[in-house]
Amino acid sequence: MKLDKGTGRQGDKEKGRQGKSNAVSLSPGLLVSVPLAFLLLFYFYPIASILTLSFAPEGRFSLAALGKLIRTPYYLQTLWFTTWQAALSTLLTVGLALPGAYVFARYDFPGKSLVRALTTVPFVLPTIVVALAFTAFLGPRGLLNLALMDLLGLDRPVLDLQHTLTIILLAHVFYNYTLVLRIVGTYWANLDPRLEEAARMLGADRWRVFREVTLPLLSPAIGAAALLVFIFCFTSFGVILVLGGPRFATLEVEIYRQTIQYLNLPLAAALSVVQILFTFALMAVYTRLQARLARPLELRPRRVTQRRPRHWREWLAVGVNVGLMLALLVTPLAALVERSLTLSATGGVSLAFYRQLFYNPRGSAFYVPPVAAVRNSVGFALATVGLSVTLGLMAASVLDSRGSARSPRPRGLRLRRLLDPIFMLPLGTSAVTLGLGYIVALDEPPLNLRTSPLLVVLAHTLVALPFVVRSVLPALRSIHPNLREAAALLGGSPWRVWREVDLPIVARAMLVGAVFAFTVSMGEFGATSLIARPERPTMPIAIYRFLGRPGAVNYGQALAMSTLLMLVCTLGFLAIERFRVGEVGEF
Amino acid sequence: MLEFSEICKSYPDGWTLAGVSFTVEKGEIVCLLGPSGCGKTTLLRLVAGLETPDGGRMLVDGEDVTYVPPHLRGFGLMFQEFALFPHKDVLGNVAFGLRMQGLSRELVATRVAEALELVDLVGFEHRDVNQLSGGERQRVALARSLAPQPRLLMLDEPLGALDRALRERLMDELPRILRQAGVTAITVTHDQEEAFALADRVVLMRAGRVVQVGTPEEVYRRPASAWSAHFLGLTNLVDACVVGPGQVETALGVLQVWDVGCGMRDAGSAAKLLIRPEAARLGDAGPNVLHGTVTERSFRGGHYRLGVRHASGVELAFNVPASANLPASGETIVLSLDPQALALLPVVGEAD
Repeated sequence: MKLDKGTGRQGDKEKGRQGKSNAVSLSPGLLVSVPLAFLLLFYFYPIASILTLSFAPEGRFSLAALGKLIRTPYYLQTLWFTTWQAALSTLLTVGLALPGAYVFARYDFPGKSLVRALTTVPFVLPTIVVALAFTAFLGPRGLLNLALMDLLGLDRPVLDLQHTLTIILLAHVFYNYTLVLRIVGTYWANLDPRLEEAARMLGADRWRVFREVTLPLLSPAIGAAALLVFIFCFTSFGVILVLGGPRFATLEVEIYRQTIQYLNLPLAAALSVVQILFTFALMAVYTRLQARLARPLELRPRRVTQRRPRHWREWLAVGVNVGLMLALLVTPLAALVERSLTLSATGGVSLAFYRQLFYNPRGSAFYVPPVAAVRNSVGFALATVGLSVTLGLMAASVLDSRGSARSPRPRGLRLRRLLDPIFMLPLGTSAVTLGLGYIVALDEPPLNLRTSPLLVVLAHTLVALPFVVRSVLPALRSIHPNLREAAALLGGSPWRVWREVDLPIVARAMLVGAVFAFTVSMGEFGATSLIARPERPTMPIAIYRFLGRPGAVNYGQALAMSTLLMLVCTLGFLAIERFRVGEVGEF
Repeated sequence: MLEFSEICKSYPDGWTLAGVSFTVEKGEIVCLLGPSGCGKTTLLRLVAGLETPDGGRMLVDGEDVTYVPPHLRGFGLMFQEFALFPHKDVLGNVAFGLRMQGLSRELVATRVAEALELVDLVGFEHRDVNQLSGGERQRVALARSLAPQPRLLMLDEPLGALDRALRERLMDELPRILRQAGVTAITVTHDQEEAFALADRVVLMRAGRVVQVGTPEEVYRRPASAWSAHFLGLTNLVDACVVGPGQVETALGVLQVWDVGCGMRDAGSAAKLLIRPEAARLGDAGPNVLHGTVTERSFRGGHYRLGVRHASGVELAFNVPASANLPASGETIVLSLDPQALALLPVVGEAD
């Protein structure tokens, strides 16, 4: 055969042979088709069904539903509220987290890794747990109010924060503080301090250094973090539903209400379309910002950029920020645990609310004891882990372009570049929209899964998939091709190379991905609230149901179950922190 | 004139800079030379004001600047890997210091053009600094620190980040540019060749102390101690005893030393004899004839590196011109040592 490297069939054959002779993995085409088919069926098909329902409810194209939306002031107000509360939350979060990011980036202090781990806990907590933690902390019978009443000798709550914008904003800050801290802090930590020193030496005072050097260099990281926070707040559901009460509704909450309370699916679909348009546009901007993060900077190892605080002012900066983090992030959770252990009547410590979870007070066969929800959640979560890790591994090994791209194949590369954001799409899609899509699309032939418990697993897998891919991919990419080649030259067969080189490196990342999937599934509320069968509730659903019923006992059980869920998710998070290597699982 | 007296700094990990003093005359280029970890970069950061000393004083023309913050000192610093602002182009980088001085737009433009001309980068104003080669980056950094006309320019390992060919070229170019700009400068390096090429005066440092100050020639010809000699790559040190004016007795025999320091020593006093590697000449036509065996012969381009074992067991290393006809390894050799290439070093005060 001629060694003709030109284009045409000859060249293609040549490459085909090469590919086969040192094939380390399965054929990419086959590998990618399984997760792609999954996305197609359980992501794009439901989304398409929503589009159909809102644009062509009777088979003909019509803008009636969307037009009605735009003409109704109430929905425009909802969109407006969704937007400005997200903007305000973002502003607040970035403003509070930026000093924290600075302290984490530039100083090394005792207990830093512990504080860092603690600040990350909120990120894995289910929204319903966070919402409940805030009522336990700031609500009318919350810890803060009880303490104030005790202190001032009053018999009425001092602060009425329930169903106010303040408590919503605080919960959003609680949720997203970590995101800014991580994204900006990591970037800042690797930013060469000599750039700032160079500006100082050229005559700039501290403020000018910050304005002219630090801030412009940080701007892509701040932008990316702010955008992500904005997206999360824009699609905020559980927090608004529980903390906002009837007064506040984001698009997400409105979709839920239209679906569950008014059974107006076409209107819900039209709202979803607006939601999808907004989030996709934002995600597109985010992806572009992410690419700009790769600006050619000489990143420095952290040991060079960080040091102990020396001056008392530096210690003060560290202290104030760490204090803020602990007050903001730990107090609500502590309040949740404390309240769940306290009978408000007597004030003593008691496990009564926990015991109640196991009772079936009416002895009714139709009544599902709350503890069954725990069983359901764990079952769903395990199934989600199995499915999402399998699919994620397949997707990640196709996305890992370097392993097989020794001979540049432009077409293959372009396809991969396209695939990467596609697998990330579910991350930017609101869960309620997804749930609505499932209701609309998967309740009729050819795919009727409406009554199947599989539906919940599928939705959870879709939400968990980006986390798994993002956990496994960096590990796969960290395997330098030379490593595999070295193993091959030392006599390893492709299978041996995969087992002895790839697997040990990827195994930990897979574990991280699995735990991510588990915690995501345990806490998923938005999609589940629409698709879970009444007889098979998950823990977040059970908590929400308790909240819907009157009385201290129901509220107490909600607290108790939230505490349990928090513990499970925190344990999961600790496992992630324990097993993660390097940048694995960073977004 | 800059005067640094008794500068002290200690760190929690036990490392200290212990009472460093030296002066820099106007227009002079002084090089801080020493192995890594000797404190030269720390000293530079103290001078820059990026760190505060625990004690000591820094005077510039009599004005105490010890506690003046860096942006008000009027000093320039060129960082080791240049620290160019990646979000600004060449113009933005060079103009930065001038803008901080609050100069008018026109004046900034003129001074930037001057600075770029000085470093031979005319026409590079709007180039992205991330796209420049190592040598170009180095020159942008130089232009940036020269443009505000600092009272003192500091250069941290100015040639360390460059490849060999470029280094060779800039070793000639850098002192020319600095002299042309008429700037007073302190450079820091661990490379003696670089130090000798750049500096009017060398400050040799070791473990947070100054061990020797002098012109490059002085430091090379008469290192202050055996450690200094070793650091400068001078490894031929032999125990010696002064027997008469310009004469010492060593394991190699009685040798003539034409060293100013030698005459001042009393007969019978002990010393270390330094034999510089270029001291050896082939053949016995000279005063200090040496018989030995070749242990090693390696070709280094311009010269051979020759290992010689004397009958007494002393091992010596010499650089011999590449044109010489040398015996092979294992054969005997006869050499004479140039009395001018020998020096006596003190034995006292040796910590090593």
